[in-house]
Amino acid sequence: MRIVIIDDSGARATVLEEGLREAGYDDIHLVPPRGAFVARLERMAPDVVLMDLGNPSRDTLEEMLVVSRALAKPIAMFVDQSDDSMIASAIDAGVSAYVVDGLRKERVKPILDLAIRRFNAFARMQAELDEARTQLADRKTIDRAKTILMGSRGLSEPDAYALLRSTAMNQGKKIVDVAAALITASDLLGGKS
Amino acid sequence: MTPIRIAFLGLTDAAVLVAAREKGFAQTEGIALDLLRDTSWATLRDRLVYGQVQAAHMLAPLAVAVTLGLSQQLCALAAPFKLNVNGNLLVMAPGFAAALEPDTNARLHDPLATAHDFAAAIGLHHRKPIIGVVHRFSSHALILRYWLASAGIDPDRDVVLRVLPPSLMVEAMRAGEIDGFTAGEPWGSAAIDAGLAEAVAVGERLWQRGVEKVLAFRADWLEANEATVDALVRALAKAALWCDDPANRDELAQLLAGPAYVDQPAALIERALAGRIKARRDEAPVDLPDFLLFAREATAFPWKSQALWIYSQLVRWNMVKPSEEAQAAAAAVFRPDIYRRALAQSDVPMPGASMKVEGALDQPLAIGAPRGAITLGPDRFFDGRAFDPDTIADYLASFAIDR
Repeated sequence: MRIVIIDDSGARATVLEEGLREAGYDDIHLVPPRGAFVARLERMAPDVVLMDLGNPSRDTLEEMLVVSRALAKPIAMFVDQSDDSMIASAIDAGVSAYVVDGLRKERVKPILDLAIRRFNAFARMQAELDEARTQLADRKTIDRAKTILMGSRGLSEPDAYALLRSTAMNQGKKIVDVAAALITASDLLGGKS
Repeated sequence: MTPIRIAFLGLTDAAVLVAAREKGFAQTEGIALDLLRDTSWATLRDRLVYGQVQAAHMLAPLAVAVTLGLSQQLCALAAPFKLNVNGNLLVMAPGFAAALEPDTNARLHDPLATAHDFAAAIGLHHRKPIIGVVHRFSSHALILRYWLASAGIDPDRDVVLRVLPPSLMVEAMRAGEIDGFTAGEPWGSAAIDAGLAEAVAVGERLWQRGVEKVLAFRADWLEANEATVDALVRALAKAALWCDDPANRDELAQLLAGPAYVDQPAALIERALAGRIKARRDEAPVDLPDFLLFAREATAFPWKSQALWIYSQLVRWNMVKPSEEAQAAAAAVFRPDIYRRALAQSDVPMPGASMKVEGALDQPLAIGAPRGAITLGPDRFFDGRAFDPDTIADYLASFAIDR
């Protein structure tokens, strides 16, 4: 079974491809959705096409599926329209799957299940990474604001932090937002920090 | 508060939805409106059809196509509210446009002459021109086909229509993958501003009151959630009035420019809102006061005749086999009954009829309305043909080119 993954994110496509190979599929091709990717895809004559739901080139792909004379069999989205929960979880995970007409459901389901799991895992990984980055950035901002307060008001570090926290609470804001405002104000006033 | 999620694409004509959320019109009606931006019509369609969102900012022809089972999963959709009229721009690379009328004001105001120039330009071009369209089931693609065919250009033989999402059009121009494109704003203006293209035709001169985006629901959901649908329609009617008011233009352009919405410069977005389109980067803008309508002339009213015009074009280009059932299903997508029900207690003027002859008005016309007065603007097609929804077969027979 020939599976084509259309994706420009190297990382996500790799995660998916690895999963498929571990599951025993070996005819897997990665195609980035750029330039004449549709012509490439036509030549490959895939049985299954997997694509990120957020990929802007989905309309281009679907147009090819409508007009292509090169593809022997029509390809339609998802395999079994009656399986609503499967389709819903695919959409939640951000996977769209196009499958050659006539391919049996039992043969496609494991591929789609795997794609959903891998897409979800990738999304979790990405979210954790983003969160870690944000936390790091927030901490740096708060540290800088504390330094400004310690320098200009002669506060100890815990007192500087307490002042930021109480200000944030009084204004209904996040500590990092108060810290960022303080840094901006200090920069405007020509303070060094 | 009733939570409602609506999917949209980053286009200027998502304005009414953005204003409904950002200016509190939805909240006033008890709706917690969440807007979800997509980058392809396919994904927006899937979210609607499979229930991830309750409604979508949809190309009117796509709503008809999904209902007729022409675009993946068949699903009956219902459009009780049009989000805008007009708003599209056809742009071509300067090299190609050099064979057209050089005075861009004259070029844009005489689409019939420009279509014939375009036919000549194809002959001068080194290969078939490739024109980007956002979707086969888009108003822009249908009116582009209509316009090309008026000058004897067969849109399936003499040019290549390539489907690309609006946000990728400018890059495709830069890479030389397409020679021009037609899309909703601000993407045409973005290509013009980058010096990659100039304006060749504007929607409001091709069909003076062209059907464009609708608010689409799944028909079963719409029937099961009357109160919520009505509240949303009321909120959108108020938002549309706000969007049409020139006093709010700057603020609206700023809102749309935000990273969550169109994510393009406000000055670029403002051109479509003001109806002042720069046809070339360094030229003074051309005045096109009907470039994009949100509220006036009962813009939002879903005339069934407009759904049927879409159907007629799908038949013309052999995208659907003509049948009584398909025609009835297409007409049923537009739901003036819901519009009337939702706005019954409001002071929004309401047309008495649900169908009209499209393209029959040369001059503004005051029409009878049960409440208030409505003046319909001129709605001519550039070739002077009128579409009578009662005689679709005759209408189609009047065209020289079809499939």
